[in-house]
Amino acid sequence: MKPVESALQVRGLTKRFDRLAVDALDLTVQPGEFYALLGPNGAGKSTTLRMVAGLLRPDAGTVGVFGIDALANPLAAKRIMAWVSDEPMIYDKLTPLEYLEFVAGLWAVDPAISEPAAHELLFSLGLQPHLYERCEGFSKGMRQKVALAGALVHDPRLIILDEPLTGLDAVSARHVKGLLGDRVRAGCTVIMTTHILEVAERMADRIGVIAAGRLVAEGTLAELRQQNGHHSLEDMFIALVGAETETAAA
Amino acid sequence: MNSTTALAWFARHELRLAWREWLAIMTAGRRGRKRAALIAVIVFAAIMHLPAYAVIGRFATLELPLDRSALIVMTAAIFLAWALMLSQAIESVTRVFYARADLDLIMSSPARLADVFSVRLVSIALSVTAMALLLSTPFVDVLVIGGGLRWLAAYGVVVAIGLSAAAIAIALTVLLFRLIGPSRTRLVAQIVAAVIGAGFVIALQIAAIMSYGTLSRFTVLSSDAAAAFAPEPASLVWWPARAALGEIEPLLVIMAGALVLLGLVMTILSPRFADVAVRASTNAAPNDQRSPARAFRAGSQRQALRRKEFVLLRRDPWLVSQSLMQLLYLVPPAVMLWRSFADSTLAIVLITPVVVMAAGQLAGGLAWLTISGEDAADLVTSAPLSPSRMIRTKIEVVLIAIGLMFAPLIFALLFASLPQAVVTALGVIVAAASATAIQLWFRVQARRSQFRRRQTSSRLATFAEAFSSIGWAATGALALALPIGALITGLITAAILAATWKISPQRE
Repeated sequence: MKPVESALQVRGLTKRFDRLAVDALDLTVQPGEFYALLGPNGAGKSTTLRMVAGLLRPDAGTVGVFGIDALANPLAAKRIMAWVSDEPMIYDKLTPLEYLEFVAGLWAVDPAISEPAAHELLFSLGLQPHLYERCEGFSKGMRQKVALAGALVHDPRLIILDEPLTGLDAVSARHVKGLLGDRVRAGCTVIMTTHILEVAERMADRIGVIAAGRLVAEGTLAELRQQNGHHSLEDMFIALVGAETETAAA
Repeated sequence: MNSTTALAWFARHELRLAWREWLAIMTAGRRGRKRAALIAVIVFAAIMHLPAYAVIGRFATLELPLDRSALIVMTAAIFLAWALMLSQAIESVTRVFYARADLDLIMSSPARLADVFSVRLVSIALSVTAMALLLSTPFVDVLVIGGGLRWLAAYGVVVAIGLSAAAIAIALTVLLFRLIGPSRTRLVAQIVAAVIGAGFVIALQIAAIMSYGTLSRFTVLSSDAAAAFAPEPASLVWWPARAALGEIEPLLVIMAGALVLLGLVMTILSPRFADVAVRASTNAAPNDQRSPARAFRAGSQRQALRRKEFVLLRRDPWLVSQSLMQLLYLVPPAVMLWRSFADSTLAIVLITPVVVMAAGQLAGGLAWLTISGEDAADLVTSAPLSPSRMIRTKIEVVLIAIGLMFAPLIFALLFASLPQAVVTALGVIVAAASATAIQLWFRVQARRSQFRRRQTSSRLATFAEAFSSIGWAATGALALALPIGALITGLITAAILAATWKISPQRE
């Protein structure tokens, strides 16, 4: 029987700027898993995910996406991945539909598939009244939803999101969480960084805690509780990160 | 803090912001470059005295009373300076309306808004006047050195130009705001600024071509026909020229007039400025621009990227105003071309450098917008398209856009002179390719809205782009008139490009 390939397999991933940002990180995420990556500001979460998405070249280490060596064959890996950053980067002068058409074109998706998908995504995110308006007047939340729709329009197998709920109101956040939950149920893999511990607690199958560029704890919520003896994720997080920060400072 | 102290404090704050913004532009936002920037400004100002001497040196000995021709030339020069300052002032006012991030803070403070915005209006007027003084200093210096201290009065005229241009710009922008609303004012103000800046020169050029078959504006101004139409020497129209020559009464009147105009604008508009500024900031990103519904189009990844770039270029307000300005500058050569069909003249050769220069300049701006100004950099980088193919596609977009803009003129040139059409076409291609290459070598990731600051990211790239455009324009002109000269200027321009590449960051 052929072993199931990991959705993401990171080994010895290292990146140094003026200081060590990611320190020989190992990370494995299974297909169909919702993985939440937590950590304090500057812990190396975004840098790690940017390297996985092909936006940043690592100094050392390997990145495998569904068995594809993402460093040796980045285009093949990018074809099945999507990236959404915390700062929604979209084109002010395009409408949401035009933006999604462009993204679908970049991923070479047949318009017969991408057009209905775009309408469905924008509808489910509550952007139906704004389909033909240019994005320049949109609020941050609306822009984030357009960016998210863009990430999903080419039906990626692995979705990487860096703080996707930043700036969203409660209703929008629920829309986004619902959409991501649907994708995971459909077999998609989601890796997400967040500072909202409640989201990780409720949605993630597994949680990884990163501090000073290293993975300091990983597991399901129940496993983490067992390992650390704290009931709430918040207490656990503060205990783990606080200890790590003190070690790093020492 | 009483209200006078508060106003003085706010004025200091405004001036400090203006100073820091200017410093950031001069130092490309890098600290520790203040001294270098100051030395560069002084050296530049000193060097500017040479072209100022070449342009204006012969007028230093002018004495009152002047004949009509001299009065016309001086008045036209002063009006041109005023039009250029007005253009700059409209740009400054629009920027203050749309780009100030402190409006919430000011509006929520217990300060009287009319007073606060009066200070802001004065600050605009002062910065416009300071710029007018900075630009005119080499010219006035040359006149003072060559013609005596009486020319110092010209500084008074420059101050009047700055203050009145600022006043008119504020009134015009607020009027536009009332007439067409905040979302359209931004674009229309940019276009109006471009047209005002270039319009006067171009109108004179067209008149010169139509009457005398030359691109020289001076020919029209010093002609008998202009003198015949001009008012009597005692007319108020000549007061700015007489003031510049040191006559006290006209000088005091025009300075007082400018101050009164600014005061009136402030009195009438200060109370409404707050309302306008708030509406502008909340509508800085208009939401009434809609695009028609249409089906998704099929095509390759590169086609998708090309389509996106073309749509964004078409919808870019800067590009619209700049293209309009370039097209305006192309009107005189086009008129000359049209005239040459009936009347063969050597002056038609002048079309080639104008067109080549315009192509180089426009390509530089376009290349920055497409290559560096990528608003969704993460999206494009995370797409399954190799960086080299992506850059190639963006370069294609620049060259196609330049081709579309300049092809009609070159096609028309074919009917006047085949060799000139070929030389001009080659010049356009080489100038556009060179400007694009420079932008590629010095590319930095930025948002399209940062276009105004593109020159500050690399002064070297800016100068290289300008020298390359001028060099290829000269080469084109010489290729038609003196081929051996074209070989020399072509080699010099190629050497400039090679040196630019050698020191560019992308080579490392």
